[in-house]
This record gives sequence, structure tokens and C-alpha cells, in this order.
Amino acid sequence: MAEAESRTYLGVPVYRPKVAFFELSSCEGCQLQLLNNETTLLDFLSLVEVVNFREGMTERSDDYEIAFVEGSVTRGDEVVRLKSIREKANTLVAFGSCACFGGVNQLKNRFQLDWVRKEVYGNSAIETEPVRPLEELVRVDMKIFGCPVRKEEVEKIVINMVLGKSVIIPKYPVCMECKANGNVCLFDIGEPCLGPVTRGGCDSWCPNSRAGCWGCRGPADDSNTEELEKIMKERGFAEDTILDRFECFGGFSVQAEAMRNKRLYGPGR
Amino acid sequence: MSVKINCAVDIHHLTRVEGHGNILIKIQDGKLQQAKWEVVETPRFFEAILVGKKWDNAPWLCGRICGICSIGHTLASIRAIENAFGMVPTSQTQKLRLLLKHMETLQSHILHIYFLSAPDFLGQGSVFPLIKSQPDVVARAARLKNLANDVCDCIGGRRLHPTRTVAGGFTMLPDKKDLVKFSDRLREATNDLIFTADLFKTFSIPDFVRETEFVSLKGDGNYPFIGGDLMSSNGVHKKEQEYKQMTNEYVVEQSTSKWSRLSRQSFAVGALARLNNNFDFLDPSARDIAASFDLKPLNHNPYMNNIAQLVECVHVVEDSLGLVEELLDAEWEAPRQQVRPKSGLGVGAVEVPRGILYHCYEFNDTGHIMKCDCVIPTSQNHANIQHDLQGLAEKYAAEGIKDRGIELLAEMLVRSYDPCISCSVH
Repeated sequence: MAEAESRTYLGVPVYRPKVAFFELSSCEGCQLQLLNNETTLLDFLSLVEVVNFREGMTERSDDYEIAFVEGSVTRGDEVVRLKSIREKANTLVAFGSCACFGGVNQLKNRFQLDWVRKEVYGNSAIETEPVRPLEELVRVDMKIFGCPVRKEEVEKIVINMVLGKSVIIPKYPVCMECKANGNVCLFDIGEPCLGPVTRGGCDSWCPNSRAGCWGCRGPADDSNTEELEKIMKERGFAEDTILDRFECFGGFSVQAEAMRNKRLYGPGR
Repeated sequence: MSVKINCAVDIHHLTRVEGHGNILIKIQDGKLQQAKWEVVETPRFFEAILVGKKWDNAPWLCGRICGICSIGHTLASIRAIENAFGMVPTSQTQKLRLLLKHMETLQSHILHIYFLSAPDFLGQGSVFPLIKSQPDVVARAARLKNLANDVCDCIGGRRLHPTRTVAGGFTMLPDKKDLVKFSDRLREATNDLIFTADLFKTFSIPDFVRETEFVSLKGDGNYPFIGGDLMSSNGVHKKEQEYKQMTNEYVVEQSTSKWSRLSRQSFAVGALARLNNNFDFLDPSARDIAASFDLKPLNHNPYMNNIAQLVECVHVVEDSLGLVEELLDAEWEAPRQQVRPKSGLGVGAVEVPRGILYHCYEFNDTGHIMKCDCVIPTSQNHANIQHDLQGLAEKYAAEGIKDRGIELLAEMLVRSYDPCISCSVH
């Protein structure tokens, strides 16, 4: 891509790392979020040298330092691709919820694969495997959460990476940001919400629109999901409504699994 | 007299399209041996994922079929739910949804014509070199796209995977102060689109014609986007709930996406199909732009889909100006109707940027999904792309065009459809 002006930070020229973008099973929306950044896109591009971005450019190169990988692994050829990317990249970033947790794709894992294949393709042969996040197959150096990723957060992370500063991901939940934004509590208007247990950093994106959180960023540090389940039940939310939220993006798979088991085998059923 | 050429094109994971597809062409002694459009994208099995889920999950999950047209998927999903439950959205909701839809169309078309398609006509591998060589062109593209995305943020809550769009209406309404600002920016956009047309007039559109069938919604006084009857240029006319008789999906070996057919071996959906089928309902200024490219129905040149997208950009901007005015003139009503689930089947047909999209759900009496079917525009186009590719390779083999020439024309052909491949496989 075109040479951009070299940048300086505190008078020191900033090194422009070679960056590549890849996608496994996904909607490619997280990569598009970068192009959706019209106002700051050019500044952003002056920080890094994009050498591989299939959705946007024809040129491709295997010489890169940072690889952003979107999507989850659902087929054998993706395992091979991912491992080859891992070999080439110094830093591998799991980009978005599908890469971090399996994303909505992992809802497939609720079912037997044979049934899933038949439901969509009938008796025709089609190759697919259980959905896996990247870190089940390769070492992941950094995770950028969200479905979709939040462009402001991506930019902040990349700027810090380029400048060699540490990247800090919030430990606190979405609920903190929601309160700071002065929103009405969604529980008070009868909406289910995982804000109290989901990792912040999105600036309570969905609750700001009076839509409850679905947990796309996975659990915050020390989140008490069982307690939230209890509170939501006390608030009158149906069990399947609570489970729908916990199992949506794969970040709360432990809690979701426990809830599913309880429904099948637990007391009161 | 032309030379008898040999040519081998083997493109693995075509660039500047959404998703993963391959082009294979083999010509020996001027004779076409093989021309193949392969789709190798991994399926995500959304139709299975939805089974057992309650109705309110569907728009939230289905929007995630596609990173470019998530709003279109969300609206098709909502329409299927509302049709199944016998709900009719309020006029306010209909206007807000259409405005949202228009801005997704603008955002997606601008992304395609400027960032994905134009580099071919300008002899570049991407839009990035143009940042230096033609900064005004890139700035204009960014301005148009940003306007569309800002309106989507304002109405849908988020430009990608919207947050406010729900069955029954919206969780929240936009601020009228923001809508006022958008009407100024929309007026500026009409100028940017005239400059865009001037730029595209300098491009040489390949002269390739293959007669096909065009499928779209059928306009009823308006250029159609959300719901209504279905039509084809071969005279087929069906109701929305009869969509399966239009799509006739089948599984093929060369593609993880299903294919479709209707009256012929293949058909096309998208901007060119809509324009061919509903030309008279376009805004007059959009028809003027079409006329300046000599684009009128029925046009059978697939490369003209790029121009049809530009024409639609003009239409949606003009129509949005009217919608914003109507919304500003009226008092806000309640944002959301209550949803009362019941058993039954609902279909939602919506014209998304790449063509007509169908969602269909079967619910039990608690509003849980028993069966789900989504038919994606690009999956309806795959067979047509295959037949075009074959026709194109035959034509240019006969004309004796060399390797890279055929390769580029083949890439540009597939890009003209603006395929959304991961969406088509879903």
C-alpha cells in the first residue's frame, strides 16, 4: 500500500509494523469496522503498513509482524491456515468474539453435528467440525473482544501496540460504564441484561440504546454469573431467556453449560 | 483473424470481495476447457442454530450472518416474525426502517463501487494508492459512506449489527435535532453523487452481454425495498410467502453455497435486477443518471450492476430527504408495539444491497423457532455468475485476449455482482 508520512511520538520516529488481516468462519464485520472508520481511517493507516487485507486489496504478502484473525475455526483447512499464520506472525490477535470465544457460530455446538448437517444440507455431504476459538489451536497473544469490535477500542489498542505501551483491557463490567453514562437500568424497564457480569470497554454500547447486554465481550474479572442468574430469576425473567443471553457468544460457556445441564438433570425438572 | 490462445487462470480466494471464492479458467488452442466459479466458504449453519430459540433471538443472531448488510438481515428477520404473528408496523416504524435501509444501501454501494470495484478501472490493486494520487476521490467516498453510517448509528443504534431494531419497532427513537443535520448532509451528498457519476463516466465498462432472468420485489407505486410481491423479468409473479417457488434452492458440488434457478438455468438479483424490473419507480434524478450511462431496461450486461448501484445511490438519497422531512413534520409516537407470539409461519422479503433476501421461520405457540430458512441474494446469483464466467471465457477465448486480460475481466465480472460470499453460505 501507499507510503504514508512517518509519524513521531515524543520526537522519536514511530516504527510502522507490517500488519495482516485474516478471516476464518465469520461475517467479516470486524474487519469492516476498520473501513467503517471513515473519519480516522487515514490516520490509522499511517501507523501501520497493511500488507494483507483480502477484502480490501489485491496485493498479498506473507511477510508480516502482527496478524489480526477474525472468525472461529470450523473446518480442517482453517486449522492449517491458522497454524501457518501463527508461524509467520510475531503477534497474533484474536479479533472479535468469534475468534475469542467462538461467537454466535458456537451455538451450533448445542447440537449433534449430523443433525446440523442434515438440517441445512439434507443428505448432501458437507464438511464441518465443532466450532472452536483460536486459542484452542494456537497461542493467542492478544484478544480484542466484541461483536462487533468497537473501532475506538481497536484504534487505542493498535496505537499502544505501535508505541510499545501496555494495552489495558478493562477488568470491570459493562454495568459500570452504563451507570457512568446515566442510563436507566434495563432491569427496571423489564429487559434482560448481562451488563453486571460482562467485561467493559464497549462504553455500554447496547444498553445506551435501551437494549440489554448479550455478553459479547465475555466475563469481566471476578464476575459472579450464578448470582446474576439468581437475580434475573427474582426479577421474573424466564429460564430460557437467561440461557439465551449466556450462551449467545460463547464467552460464558461454563455458565451456559451448567444451566443446560440443570435443565436436563437438575432439581425441579 | 484471432490467434488460438492457451490460458490458465487459477485464482485462490479472490480479493476485494466479501468471503472466499476461487476462479478457474482453462483455455487450450483457443477452446474453452473449463470455467468455474467455486465457493469454498465454511458454512456456519445459521438455519440450525436458530432452532429452539425464542423469536427475539432471531433478528439479533441473523444480523450476524453478514458484516456488510447486517441491517438488511435484521429487517428481513423482523418482518418474518411480524408476518408470522400477524403484526403490522406503524407508519412511523415503516418510515424509520426504510430510512435505515436506504442508508445501508448507500453505505454498501459506496463501499463496493469506490473501494472494491473502482481500483480495477483505475489500474490499482486497492483504494489505498488513491489516498495519495486522488485524495479528493477518496475523501468523497469517505464522506458519502460516513453520512450513511452516521444515519444508521442514529436510527439503528449502531452501523454494524444494529441495537435498536426489534420486532414491533425500535427500542429507542432518534433525536430530531440529529435528523435536521442529516437533511443538510443528504443535500450535499446529491452533489457528491454527481461527481461520482462523472468519475464513473471515465471508466470503460466491458462490453459483455448474456441474456438472463432478473428477480426482485415488484414495485407498487414505489421502487420496492421492504416486503411485497415477487416478480421476474420472464413474467413470473408470486406472493411473498410463495418465495420458495422463486428460489428453488439446490445443492451443487462446486460450492458450499446453494444455487437457485427459476425459468432458465440461472437468474440474477441485485441493483441491476431491481432497476430492470422497476425502472419507472426510480426517482427522476436517478433515472437521469441512468440515462447518462445509457442504462435502461432490460440491460443484460452484468458489469452494469456497478452503474445500477450508483443510480440506486441517487434514488435512496433523494427518497431519504423526503423521509427525513416527513419524520420531522410528525410528532413522535410510541417507538414499539407489543409482540404477542403465536404459532405459524412467517416470511420476510427485503431488497438488501446485493438483491432480494428472504427469511422464513416456523414458530410454535410459545414463539420458539421450529424451522428456519434464509435465502441469500448472493446464493441466488452464484449460478448466474458461473454461466456468465463461462460465456465470458468463451467470448474472449474466441477473440484471442491474453491470460492477464481474461483474468482481470473474470475478476471484474465476479466483483460486479458485489458478492457477499460468507453471507451466501451462512
